[in-house]
Order: sequence, then structure tokens, then C-alpha cells
Amino acid sequence: MNDVNQPDIVAFCCHYTAYACSQDLQNLPRLGFPENVRLEILPCSGRISITRLLKAFEQGADGVYVAGCWEDTCHNIRGSQIAKKRVDYVKDVLAQLNIKPERVEMYMISREPNRGFIEVAKEMTERIKRLGPSPLKGK
Amino acid sequence: MIVGERKPIQEIVGMLKGMKKILILGCGGCVSVCSAGGEKEVEILASILRIDRKKGGEPIETVEKTLTRQCDTEYLEGLKDEAGNYDAILSMACGVGVNYLADMYPKTPVLPALNTSFMGVSEEQGVWSERCAGCGDCVLDRTGGLCPIARCSKRLLNGPCGGSQNGKCEISPNVACVWQLIYDRLKGLNQLEKLKDIFPVKDWSSSLHGGPRKIVREDLKL
Repeated sequence: MNDVNQPDIVAFCCHYTAYACSQDLQNLPRLGFPENVRLEILPCSGRISITRLLKAFEQGADGVYVAGCWEDTCHNIRGSQIAKKRVDYVKDVLAQLNIKPERVEMYMISREPNRGFIEVAKEMTERIKRLGPSPLKGK
Repeated sequence: MIVGERKPIQEIVGMLKGMKKILILGCGGCVSVCSAGGEKEVEILASILRIDRKKGGEPIETVEKTLTRQCDTEYLEGLKDEAGNYDAILSMACGVGVNYLADMYPKTPVLPALNTSFMGVSEEQGVWSERCAGCGDCVLDRTGGLCPIARCSKRLLNGPCGGSQNGKCEISPNVACVWQLIYDRLKGLNQLEKLKDIFPVKDWSSSLHGGPRKIVREDLKL
């Protein structure tokens, strides 16, 4: 992340969703994808683990989200539904640690070529800007 | 298997107050199967605790290990060279593992990360329910294999009681009346006559009423 005033966000994205939206990940900045969002592509959003989400926060992320397919369009049938359960688990953990659960989110977006993929990155960036830096920052 | 679930995070956090280095110890037995205290859950809890401490500006060092079982001497002995290196061992085993760790390592605090719930079955992914109360004097031959000790809310031996309504227990419409289940099963087996045998007063001395239980098998001892 180049701009220290921008929130550090990690996005775990389903391979199909990410490529359907951009065709070429190198083009993302040109399409308006926020530079403060670090992309980690997964073969399916259902591959995300609770540990990986938590470790992103441990390693300093201000916000973390998973982007997967709509419930009924997942290439692996239930991948994005499984991912949502894991994100919900982490939301509950954050709440129990008195950290805003809104710092983690699950987005189910269309696999049709459109800007949903970029819009959720922008939405998460704005949300985390409102919440401010992670309470783990600088500690 | 023995079914457990992780304690609320703040309860665990409270136990670890002031500690700087802990061993989070998983168990590869029952609690691993019920996704409460196996290798994956150790990794998750360690991360949660590090996040909490980092947030509070008091980092904690977590060492993560999972033993094949925590209820066997041979596996716990493997910790003898390192148990003293920790402020505490946070066990993710059932209460049996926590007890045995405490027995074997008197100088190291041992803490429970789980609540041990019951002996039960996996009905489906993510759903467990009780089947055995470990009373030490099994009556299942007389009840069609269904346990009135573990599954009747009143532990009645000559049920059902008046709270059985439409096959459900009066404590909740989601709880089956096991005496209804016993009746239905014995009827299906043409063994309804078994219900005419009245259970005498149960001798609970084989249960916890007789004190801590122990089995010694001379034929197996070395």
C-alpha cells in the first residue's frame, strides 16, 4: 500500500468472480479498482479458512473481505455459502474481542462481466475509512 | 464420542490474564472429530488470543501443538521436557485431558479452553446430541437400545411421565420423549412385553454417587 492514509484491505476473491469481472487482473487499476485493496485469488471462495481471515487482521489489515459468486451460481455449488459461514464466524469473534465486526465482510457478486467486483472494493474502502485504522495498528 | 465446545472467548482471555507464553494443546481424539479442540481449532484460538493481546498492547507468545490423545500417559509424557517453559497449558481437550495434564504436570498451570458437554453422536455435520450418561450399569437391553438415563429429562426408569405429549417432552417441543421412542421401538420389535417388567430402584453407586470410578484389568496390565 503506497498511501498511508488509505486503509489496508485484504480481499480474498474467487477465481471465477475476479476474472469474470476484469478478464485481466493487470487492468484492474485502470478500471478503478482501489490500489489499497490487496487481492488474494482463491480457486473458490469456499477455500477461505477462518485462520486465514484472522491472520490477515493479525498481520495488520484494517479490513478483510471475501468476494464470491451468488449463492446459486457457485462453480463448486456451495463454495460461497461456506465462505459466508466462515466470515460470519469471524464477525462473531471480532465482536467478542470488541472489534467492529463490520471490518470483515462477505460479498456475493455476479459472475457476469460488470463492475460489481470493483464496486465492492470501493464500498469496503469507504466503510473502513469511516471505521478508521484497525485497533491492532501500531501495537 | 465425547462432545465439547469452546468456552466464550472472554472467559478464556480472563484465565490467561498476565501470562506471556502459553502452550495451546489440542487433542486428536473426540474433540477433534467434533471440531472443538483439534489442530484446526488450536490454530484458530491461537490467532484469536494473539489478536486480543496485540489489541491491548500486551502480546502473548502462543505455541501450538496437538497430541494424538490427551487421555493417555504415553502421549502426555512427550511434554515433560517443555511443560515448565510455559506460564500455562491451555488444553483444548475434554475435561479428561485437562485433568490428566494437571495430574502429570503439577508445576504447570493447566487451563480448560472447552466445556465438555456430553457423550453423544454426530447426527449430521454440525449437529451433536447426547446418547449415554455413563451411569456404569447399562439397561439398554431392556429399553430397545434407547437410554432413559441419558435421554429422559427426568431420568425415569419406568416412564413415560405425564409430561409426554405427542411424542415430545414437556421441557421442549424439540426434545423427543425417549419413553415414546422406547415404546415405538419395542412395538416394532414385538417386544412390548418388556415394558411390563418394572425397573427396581436403580443402584447409582456405579455412577458418580459411588465416588470416582476406576477399572483395573489385571489381564492387561504389564
